[in-house]
Amino acid sequence: MTMNGWIQILVFIALVAAVTRPLGGFMTRVFAGERTMLSPVLTPVERVLYRMAGVDAKAEQHWVTYAVAMLLFNLFGMVLLYALQRLQGVLPLNPQGMAAVPADLAFNTAASFTTNTNWQNYGGETTLGHLVQMAGLTVQNFVSAATGIALAVALVRGFARESARTLGNFWVDLTRATLYVLLPLSFVLALALVWQGVPQTLAGAVDATTLEGAKQTIALGPVASQEAIKMLGTNGGGFFNANSAHPFENPTALSNLLQMLAIFAVGAGLTNLFGRMVGDERQGWAILAAMGVLFVIGVTVAYWAEAQGNPAFAALGVDPAAGNMEGKETRFGIAATALFATITTAASCGAVNGMHDSFMPLGGMVPLVNMMLGEIIVGGVGAGLYGMLLFVVIALFVAGLMVGRTPEYLGKKLEAKEVKMTVLAILCLPLMMLGLTSVAVVTDTGVASIANPGPHGFSEVLYAYVSGAANNGSAFGGLGGNTLWYNLTIALAMLVGRFLVIVPMMAMAGALAAKRRAPASSGSFPTHDALFVGLLVGVILIVGGLTFFPALALGPIAEHLAMNAGTLF
Amino acid sequence: MLKELRPALVMVAALTAVTGLAYPLAVTGIAQTIFPTQANGSLVTRDGTVVGSSLIGQGFTGPGFFHPRPSATTGPDPADPAKSAAQPYNAAASGGSNAGPTAKALVDRVREDAGRLAGDAPGTPLPVDLVTASGSGLDPHLSPAAADFQVLRVAKARGLPESAVRALVAANTTPRPLGFLGEPVVNVLALNLALDEAARQK
Repeated sequence: MTMNGWIQILVFIALVAAVTRPLGGFMTRVFAGERTMLSPVLTPVERVLYRMAGVDAKAEQHWVTYAVAMLLFNLFGMVLLYALQRLQGVLPLNPQGMAAVPADLAFNTAASFTTNTNWQNYGGETTLGHLVQMAGLTVQNFVSAATGIALAVALVRGFARESARTLGNFWVDLTRATLYVLLPLSFVLALALVWQGVPQTLAGAVDATTLEGAKQTIALGPVASQEAIKMLGTNGGGFFNANSAHPFENPTALSNLLQMLAIFAVGAGLTNLFGRMVGDERQGWAILAAMGVLFVIGVTVAYWAEAQGNPAFAALGVDPAAGNMEGKETRFGIAATALFATITTAASCGAVNGMHDSFMPLGGMVPLVNMMLGEIIVGGVGAGLYGMLLFVVIALFVAGLMVGRTPEYLGKKLEAKEVKMTVLAILCLPLMMLGLTSVAVVTDTGVASIANPGPHGFSEVLYAYVSGAANNGSAFGGLGGNTLWYNLTIALAMLVGRFLVIVPMMAMAGALAAKRRAPASSGSFPTHDALFVGLLVGVILIVGGLTFFPALALGPIAEHLAMNAGTLF
Repeated sequence: MLKELRPALVMVAALTAVTGLAYPLAVTGIAQTIFPTQANGSLVTRDGTVVGSSLIGQGFTGPGFFHPRPSATTGPDPADPAKSAAQPYNAAASGGSNAGPTAKALVDRVREDAGRLAGDAPGTPLPVDLVTASGSGLDPHLSPAAADFQVLRVAKARGLPESAVRALVAANTTPRPLGFLGEPVVNVLALNLALDEAARQK
């Protein structure tokens, strides 16, 4: 570990803290329907959209209507993306003449992008034409992220409102999240990335003649526009197979910093929006602080593990000082790759700037644990905040049990219905992650796709379902995921991990909105101080630890012990 | 509930038009105007021919060139196009080895490469990036240590003084952006172009 590495990590944390408040304030105004500096340009566009869609922007929705609107929108979006892939052979903007995507792969990819997962069983530059990349993937990058933001705002309204029947209007929240938040930020980031070297062209590949006379075909395309929203929307699906490790997606260490910041920016801003909407910004900072504690633990372990280097190489005369460089890019080095891996799985991004499959055992365990905890460390845009608020409910429930008092949060009593809905939402993830892994590792089809033997092979399968259910999308890429079995089961994990968390969460939001707000008394548990942050972090680690420790022991921990004993597989 | 059908259909179509067509086309238009070189792939030309991209690595193998890192990219097998075979620096199909840290195959590969490279700079520890495949398989860079490691071999093959080759490495080394981001790197294509130029002027 070097001083320079730590400086990069600290500068990153400082930058996230710096953007939280301005973005939070801006988004609070946007979702309250107030005027912002973008209103003169965007209000007319917004009005046209509502008129075409027949939406009354003033009419608010009950939680059931809100959820149905969200589900219908996602269903149609998924169908369109599936159709675009199946028909790409006869559609325009396909300079490389890519053929139709096979049915199971197209289904997996459609589920993947609609759920904000962006798991890639396809190889970008070898499977998809420009039209699918733009009108299919880029669109879902925007709207799946906007869906997450809308849902988080609806849940926050549940906490903020009193004796209310409605949570806002899904169509309005969706439109504003897209037009006011994601589109302008993406535009600026896309141009900054082009400046750093990311291509943006509608032309196809270029043939070069190398200095040694060989032919090299260089894949190109409209990369920057997709890259920007891939980060800001915590989507993570790359234009190229190698994702942000590809020099065309992430050409410099500066573009790398911009991408990492983009992953956390909106999610961090939403914690501040939460604080502002419930009338006490400290509540937002307490949530961000709990996320920060977990983040620092993760990045420290990942950086330490990767900086150690592979002990098996040292005996071969390889200099161990530079750490584990298999699957990493020279321009980023160890610190910026370990940091990126921690960020991308803390949020539900899933972009990678190095191959997680080739991380050291404990280095690769950090992304796994981040996802197993439900990606609540800043998290996916929107999804991270509502995931964290579910854990807040559990933490306060536990605290309430300890003192024998009905738990309350922000003046709202948390009763049987809220706790039941929360537990239902939280239990979906381990059911998919551990359930599907255990089926896959005892079937021949499941095992046949494993690339690395030994405990690492188990980690590959576990990582796939954890990443799918948590809607992350990063992978231990050695696993040959493009088979009928994995295409279908990972798609199932993604859909359940997204929508079966959302529906109970919305039911809880509806129930909360209807409640009265009791004034704080001397018996209320303050939820903005260090004690609360500690309790929340503790509950997250205990719930996660108890659920997932056995699986981790079989995978990365067993591999770490074997490695130190000099065993190879 | 049926009331929500119309907005669902219209919004999918309208937001596809805005974010899937208008947005990428607008970015393309502006990028092509203000950053045309980068927007078209940072291509490098010599004597009017495209010789590569400054961002995409190439698989140099001759002793008179600096060699890049190992690349794990694959391509269609020439014998049987249905199968894939190793094809290093295939810039149309990026990817890493995905070899796990305890894989015997990985350690065997490193042992073989280390044995082959040992003669280049006897007595110097082998820089790890010279024996590890990058994540993209298209890493255009080497660490300065990995470039230095190859100086003796290249100078001998080219008949150039060692100090001249060392100076070329130094001239093609890029420091960390903003002084602290990432790692210092040497662009292999730029270095080899400079080497050709120096050999031509000799």
